[in-house]
Amino acid sequence: MEKLVLLSYGSGGELMRELIEKDYLKYLSNPILDDLLDSAVFELSGKLAFTTDSYVITPIFFRGGDIGSLSVYGTANDLAVVGAQPLFISLSFIIEEGLPLKDLHKILESIANASKEININVVTGDTKVVEKNKGDKIFINTAGIGVIKPNRDWRGRKVDVDDVVIVSGDIGEHGLYIMLERLGMKTDEIVKSDMGYVGSFVLPLLDNFEGVKFVRDATRGGVATVLNEIAHKYNVEIEIEEDLIPAKDWVLQASEILGIDPLYSANEGKVVIIADKSQAQDIINFLKKFELSANATIIGKVISVKKPRVYLLTKIGSRRILEALKGDILPRIC
Amino acid sequence: MSLVNTINLNSMFNYDSQSLKLFTKEIVNKIKELIGDKQYVIMEFCGTHTHEISRYALRSILPKNLELRSGPGCPVCVTAEEDIDYIINLVLENDLGVITFGDIINVPGSVASLSYLRAMGKDVKVVYNPMESIKIAENNLNKNYVLVGIGFETTVPMLAHTLINIKQKGLKNLFYLSLHKLTPPATIALLNSNEVKLDGIIGPGHVSTIIGVKAWEDIAYKYKIPFVIMGFEPQDILFGVYVLLEKIINKEYGVWNTYLRSVRYEGNKEALDLIFKVFRISSANWRGLGIIPDSGLELNDEFKEYDVKLRFPLTKEIKVKKTACRCGDVLRGVIKPYECPLFARACKPSSPKGPCMVSSEGSCAAYYLYEMN
Repeated sequence: MEKLVLLSYGSGGELMRELIEKDYLKYLSNPILDDLLDSAVFELSGKLAFTTDSYVITPIFFRGGDIGSLSVYGTANDLAVVGAQPLFISLSFIIEEGLPLKDLHKILESIANASKEININVVTGDTKVVEKNKGDKIFINTAGIGVIKPNRDWRGRKVDVDDVVIVSGDIGEHGLYIMLERLGMKTDEIVKSDMGYVGSFVLPLLDNFEGVKFVRDATRGGVATVLNEIAHKYNVEIEIEEDLIPAKDWVLQASEILGIDPLYSANEGKVVIIADKSQAQDIINFLKKFELSANATIIGKVISVKKPRVYLLTKIGSRRILEALKGDILPRIC
Repeated sequence: MSLVNTINLNSMFNYDSQSLKLFTKEIVNKIKELIGDKQYVIMEFCGTHTHEISRYALRSILPKNLELRSGPGCPVCVTAEEDIDYIINLVLENDLGVITFGDIINVPGSVASLSYLRAMGKDVKVVYNPMESIKIAENNLNKNYVLVGIGFETTVPMLAHTLINIKQKGLKNLFYLSLHKLTPPATIALLNSNEVKLDGIIGPGHVSTIIGVKAWEDIAYKYKIPFVIMGFEPQDILFGVYVLLEKIINKEYGVWNTYLRSVRYEGNKEALDLIFKVFRISSANWRGLGIIPDSGLELNDEFKEYDVKLRFPLTKEIKVKKTACRCGDVLRGVIKPYECPLFARACKPSSPKGPCMVSSEGSCAAYYLYEMN
């Protein structure tokens, strides 16, 4: 009989202790976690960044990753975009009873691989198991801590007229791919989530270019929503051009079929950057050297500091407003 | 000289970025020259046209004296309140599971919307492919389901195919609610009503692919109004509008087709045959237009056993609550979305008060999303 996660695994008793000491430590071992204290204890100095996220994505396994790797990359990305080097992460599982143990192992392995790649440590965690139908396979909550070197702290830099809008690569993949999966549509190998660690290019970028004024990852709500957030935060009018937006052919096709604009589709490995015009081309050339930002593109600019608005210059040359995402395109994509 | 002779209708939609912008400038200039300072009103009857006209901000580049009005082209939007309430009753009183596709679940009825019922724990499912309804019914033989069939002529062949399969499998727990409607009768009803003076009509592309150019000829000749059937790329629409304007100014009436890559004179015979294997023409209840004879489809005798209205008839009369929603007036082109007092205030996509704001093909949704400047 296949081994399943049972209610008793979450009760704090022997089965849970075994789960932690054998399985969790097998995949995630590091000096802080190995102590298995109620809290992770460590020393840190400097400016700290602290983030939290929950992952309720369905399906939990998909092309390009799974809920485990997503929880690591997603948390690390939230830290990296504010200029922080991700250091420690907490991991809380809420598991629906009946989840096959081998699935949990797959997820743990995924988390381990992602953590290794980014050089981040899982230092504390929690496990709860809920009754059948009171959850959905597994939910993951994380919190992450990182340290911001002063030169990487872009907050307080003024966004101004003529600043350029850059996206770090082809947009709209994660959201559209997950939607295709949910609808049970068969797709080619090239159709997958763009999940990845953006710190791999964002942190070097911040080290080399003072002209970077704002960075945000374009997750739920997509690029359009981030642009509206920027417009409101700095009270600026932003104009982007439809012709300049980079997107893969399959994304454009899926967009037609599903009726979802790629600008609103979630990304899990892409960022929006606002930067000084004078450094724009050098920034693009720099970003192109990294795998995850090889297709970095300038898609628009800040046109005024009078009011919060985002415009799209369409492919026929007309202009319209680009609103933030309203309503839900699709629930539980991350 | 007429542009028709110089444009290649089949390759126009393959224009590269520069050519597209150039073409747009040229055709808009031609339209401006042609129209002078007279006022004209043209109407489209297709939700996709509604959406694309707004998405490409065509009203902002066309001369203001050429008014583009949206008609009842959105199948979700023209679904009558009584029908939404009937479906909700089926769930609450007869415990049927509802299977549908698209935005209909967010349309508010008198009491609630289907998505609200789903949040309450009722069995309401959205599928992308109606054939999935068969799997759902087969997996749960103890429960009765109703597949809600919404859509104009374009969608019906797919549903007809599904019903043929349902019958072949001899399913006893899957029923059908046909809310299908036909576009030409709605066009006639609007032209008859004379509420809005129309000078020309943008013929729906997808619907015409099924019913053909010929389906519109009688209307064009009877009402002496030019129809131009066009595709959905912005250059299709701009060029089509130019041709339509030419016909209006030359006082020509009839049907012209610029969507050559998809629409034929006789339409799609296989699709039409498939439709009438399963359905027959009946009257239908249109939001905003009322009951129009011969404007809808019901299951024919061979498929009547699947008609949910026969199996689960209404036990009490559904009284439609009068609300401030003016979707009916928007659908007839009597008011523009922003002329409704609820627009962008109480009624937004996140909290819609009527179907025109719910559906991605709805006029109010298109205006809200794209034309708020």
